[in-house]
Amino acid sequence: MKILVPIKRVPDPELKVKLKDGAIDLAGASWVVNTFDEYAVETALRLRENAESGESHGEVVVVTIGPDDAGQQLRSALAMGADRAIRIDGEDKALDSRVVAAVLAKVIEAEKPDLVVMGKQAVDGDANQVGQMLAGKLGWPQATFAATVELAADKASLTVGREVDAGVEYKTIALPGVLTVDLRVVAPTSVKNNITPASHSYGTGEGGPRYASLKGIMAAKKKPMEQKSIGDYGVDVTPATRELGITLPAARAAGQKVADIPTLVKKLVDEAKAL
Amino acid sequence: MGNILAFCEFDGGALRASALSNLSFARQAASAHGGEVVALLIGVGAAAAGPAAAAYAAKVVTVEHGDLGHYLAETYAPIVARLAGEHGAAIVCATATSVGKDLLPRVAALLDAGMASDISKLEGGNRFTRPILAGNAYSTVEVSTPVVCVTVRQSEFAPAEPTGSTGSVTSADAGAIDAKGARIDRVDSQKSDRPELTSAKVVVAGGRGMGNGDNFKQLEALADLLGAAMGASRAATDAGMVPADWQVGQTGKIVAPNLYFAVAISGAIQHLAGMKGSKTIVAINKDPEAPIFQVADYGVVTTWEKAIPELIEEIKKVKATR
Repeated sequence: MKILVPIKRVPDPELKVKLKDGAIDLAGASWVVNTFDEYAVETALRLRENAESGESHGEVVVVTIGPDDAGQQLRSALAMGADRAIRIDGEDKALDSRVVAAVLAKVIEAEKPDLVVMGKQAVDGDANQVGQMLAGKLGWPQATFAATVELAADKASLTVGREVDAGVEYKTIALPGVLTVDLRVVAPTSVKNNITPASHSYGTGEGGPRYASLKGIMAAKKKPMEQKSIGDYGVDVTPATRELGITLPAARAAGQKVADIPTLVKKLVDEAKAL
Repeated sequence: MGNILAFCEFDGGALRASALSNLSFARQAASAHGGEVVALLIGVGAAAAGPAAAAYAAKVVTVEHGDLGHYLAETYAPIVARLAGEHGAAIVCATATSVGKDLLPRVAALLDAGMASDISKLEGGNRFTRPILAGNAYSTVEVSTPVVCVTVRQSEFAPAEPTGSTGSVTSADAGAIDAKGARIDRVDSQKSDRPELTSAKVVVAGGRGMGNGDNFKQLEALADLLGAAMGASRAATDAGMVPADWQVGQTGKIVAPNLYFAVAISGAIQHLAGMKGSKTIVAINKDPEAPIFQVADYGVVTTWEKAIPELIEEIKKVKATR
């Protein structure tokens, strides 16, 4: 089985947001793989491997659209265990979800994967669009916000547990299809592929994406990374979305610590008028 | 000039509370675009709920078909896209619920439309402000395609009031229904008599510090006393103490009640992104350094074991005097 994982680099979400000239100040930002995309790489690897024997049962291809530096995030994914990478040269500013989905649709035409796995959203723009747009463009089924994933033994379909407002919805999609993943997909037993023994647990507690081993990091240096440009794909790359400005939210006024519960309730009644 | 096609979720014969926030945005957008609000109801029961929607919109279109019993992006998106064309829509909108977030980008792809997600404000025309970076900044964007798709953050748009007149209700054909090999096997949901988390006026939320699911029962007693919805931090839902659909945060639900109790919640950025729009925030935590105290209006440094019974008792006293 062949799995394509589109990834995006984002400024480190742990760092404080600063503005400069009405835009997010990215000078000196450190860039990381979008959290949810890292989870998508982990999901793809779990779907194609036998975690106990170490055998691979398919290929994982990672792709990004970004400047030269974005090759580093592709290398991180290769170090985790992806097999090869494609970097499509593009400036972050020239991209919106519609353009990204159009370019990715062309990549998929050329690569013909059985499955696309991606993060449900990028933690910088928080748009949550590209996976669904891509599925719509391709006429493929979509399973978004996956918390659990099970690949059928015949590899022709996936059953996905989706955390929806009403509870957990179990949706089965025929492949090829688009899967977008949520946080809990990296829990120890969230992904089943009918290859790894069902009793296998990836770590403990909340789980998480795997760390690259030293061997993985060394191997990643030798894995193929194809360089392309957006122009190679012959799509209209004029973004439909233009950013007019950025503002920071007003800080909440400093609160107060109160001595005990009776005082709290009195203040909620008299001062906040909240009870 | 263009109309606003508002995809509305319903339950039984009525619109969901979340749909009323979408209609509130749709009215503002209709006025900015000089068009009308067209409320769109799709699924089994759409025809029955149509009249209820007519209290809120000039036009209501219902699409009723036995094969649309469960929402699927694959079957719903082509219907929304086709009706957007038939009704001259400049904007297609939905509330950013788990359905709206799944559906609208797929509709956008079918219309080759640009999209603004989870917006907090209409600035006019096709200019929208929306939170980015987990709510740590707001971005104003302009979308330039002839049709634009929008999802609306429920907590930022007050529910629409009835218009005072009754709109027209028409039905539209479902057309060819093709699920593209997708199906819903089942939905595991926990029915509750409490208000919906995203529209509750009071929310009582617990975190990892609650220790286990049994302890949450004390918070539930507080919630029931206040007519509140229950919430939780990711740490508590991940640990399996409470259902995942209680989760408040960047992943999870965004809430902005009048009163939010954060009990034994440390206050990770992820959680704050989901609740810092609340009017009054109360934090109860035994750790005086917990980041939750930085956003709380009122903080009490104590254990939940001590605080919750006292809180219940004090609130009962207040209620008894009214």
